Amino acid sequence: MAAKAAMGDTQLRQNVRHATDVIQAKRARVVAEMPDWQELREAGRQIRQHTMEHLDYYLQEFEANCTRAGGVVHWATDAEEARRIIVELVKASGSSEVIKIKSMTTEEIELNPALEAVGIHPFETDLAELIIQLGHDRPSHIVVPALHKNRQQIREIFQREMNLSELGEQPQDLADAARIFLREKFLRVKTGVGGANFLIAETGGVCVVESEGNGRMCLTLPETLITVAGIDKVLPRFEDLEVMLQLLPRSATGERMNPYNSIWTGVHPGDGPRAFHVVLMDNARTSVLADAEGRETLHCIRCAACQNACPVYRQTGGHAYGSVYAGPIGAILTPQLQEMHHAQSLPYASSLCGACYEVCPVKINIPEVLIHLRNKVVRQNTAGVAGLFDVEAGVMKAMAMIFRSERRFRAAQRLGRVAEKPLVGKDGWIGWLPGLLGGWTQARDLQEMPKETFRAWWEKRGANGR
Amino acid sequence: MRSGNRFSIEFLSSPLRLEVVLQVALFIACYNDTLFPETGKAVVRVLERLGHSVEFPAGQTCCGQMHYNTGYQAEAVPLLERFVAQFEHAEAVVVPSSSCVAMMRDHYPKMAEQIGKPGLTAELEKLLPKVFEFSEFLTKRLGLEDVGACYPHRVTYHASCHGLRNLSLGDGPVRLLKAVRGIDLVEIEGLEQCCGFGGTFAVKNADVSSAMLAEKTVAVLNTKAEACTACDNSCLMHIQGALHRQRTGVKTLHLAEILAGEEGSTI
Repeated sequence: MAAKAAMGDTQLRQNVRHATDVIQAKRARVVAEMPDWQELREAGRQIRQHTMEHLDYYLQEFEANCTRAGGVVHWATDAEEARRIIVELVKASGSSEVIKIKSMTTEEIELNPALEAVGIHPFETDLAELIIQLGHDRPSHIVVPALHKNRQQIREIFQREMNLSELGEQPQDLADAARIFLREKFLRVKTGVGGANFLIAETGGVCVVESEGNGRMCLTLPETLITVAGIDKVLPRFEDLEVMLQLLPRSATGERMNPYNSIWTGVHPGDGPRAFHVVLMDNARTSVLADAEGRETLHCIRCAACQNACPVYRQTGGHAYGSVYAGPIGAILTPQLQEMHHAQSLPYASSLCGACYEVCPVKINIPEVLIHLRNKVVRQNTAGVAGLFDVEAGVMKAMAMIFRSERRFRAAQRLGRVAEKPLVGKDGWIGWLPGLLGGWTQARDLQEMPKETFRAWWEKRGANGR
Repeated sequence: MRSGNRFSIEFLSSPLRLEVVLQVALFIACYNDTLFPETGKAVVRVLERLGHSVEFPAGQTCCGQMHYNTGYQAEAVPLLERFVAQFEHAEAVVVPSSSCVAMMRDHYPKMAEQIGKPGLTAELEKLLPKVFEFSEFLTKRLGLEDVGACYPHRVTYHASCHGLRNLSLGDGPVRLLKAVRGIDLVEIEGLEQCCGFGGTFAVKNADVSSAMLAEKTVAVLNTKAEACTACDNSCLMHIQGALHRQRTGVKTLHLAEILAGEEGSTI
């Protein structure tokens, strides 16, 4: 299991713990200064819920307004179609290179390998994505993709991949190296590809927020700009940004606002790209939307506050999730995007502590969705003949049968005391358990059962006249 | 069983509250019944010391939380129906387990709706407002902080996730502990961090669970407390498992057992 490997990487775990602690502390500070934070969250939730209830309407409104402003809208059913459209558009732009704005959607559809396969070289321009690309790595966090790397590791990657004879390890040294490396790409490459934080139906505008300004370079310098976005990214009105642009930066990076907030609408002669394309991609989002109990997953605005707050993510980092979207939101999003055919262990990668729900800026009840997906997994595993041989299901069904009767429950309590006897040590503790329960005793002991249950004590007490 | 007494919380918080004697039905929770009978005894002792009477509906078993949270929702439904049948006439239901109360409040209404039994939904609407987690019953229903306890030991309090987030217990348990005579209460670092139990999570994802527990154990030991307490024996069983494995000599006990402590008693 991927988590087991991650648990053994002490450097990784130290990096993840440090980084999530820092971001969480920043978030807590800027959230605490907002007297209306809970009202904002509720407003955010309502905007997202309303949008999802009328998604078809708002998508068409976006298409109409974006087209009117000079943009070209493309529709993609799945990742494969999205990749094909983008590859064709890049080829048509006449460029064999693209500069990229940080985008989880392009990670989701594995765009870079598809571009490279036809001889188009993508350059990631977000600092963290650049580290990932040069390190031949994968993102481990939605907002801070290289969170699992520390400065020394980044210095080593830059020095090796940029062929630098000398490089310091101060943040300034690393930023300078990246700047020199990227500047030349910004000025040379004629085609940009990126994602979107929000698509504004009312205006046909596209919004991207970022910290570095490298995204802004990619939005303004190229001749051709291609945006790929999940259909869940739409917002009805321009003024909805008032809510979202308060919730997102405070939740994501602990900033009051993002240093760079870019909104562009179609094309404008003499200003920015001359051709602008939007690829609106489904990739199983409509099937998520069709599930009444799972659909709030689509409310996500990709702030990753849940990842930073998650005690499981804190221990494992992002790669253990085996998915582009890690952390609690990944644990509910990934299985659904794969239509419950893969990643079935992800809904169980949570202690259901609820820290994710508490910090979610649009109030996605992630623990509830996790439980819902667990139920889907159980129904899949117990269906048909194979289900009859599912050990866990057998145990759970037997226990449910026991709990349905007071007599059987009492018998099980008695039987438990007998059954545990051979396992109990001289000190009254169990240090080893067999089978499914062995996970417990790998780091914990278990005290032997007391001689008398509460109900036995209660009955004796009643018999004694009290 | 007396019925028809509808006292407001405001009234119960007034100096007249001691004249209100409640018939409290105890839902012990299956694991407390089997593994932690001392907690049940302590709940009875505290409630009786405050002048209330306690009953124990014998047909009770389990709230269904483990099944529900692991994905076996259908198996949890008969347990919901059993709970309602056992407790529907209760004046107040006290549960020394936050996670069971969270199961009832957060999931029972939805379950009843999904199986399409309007009668059950109506029963729950009447019953659930009368269900309290133990510390919550003391602080919110009875409006108490000082329950006359004495426990002269250094103690740290672990906030279980369900108590903290699902029940919003806030500082209720800590206020109860602060009023205990002789106690040396010391705050734990990372109070809001999960101990890693999570029911079947502890065995399904044993490695991650153990890593989370390791952080919690360090936090407990850093307090130099003699005992770690909580409103949930499930977390405590988990924490205790590691504290014992590491031979730390630090014990765990349910909040009720501390509040049951009296001068001269040796819990």
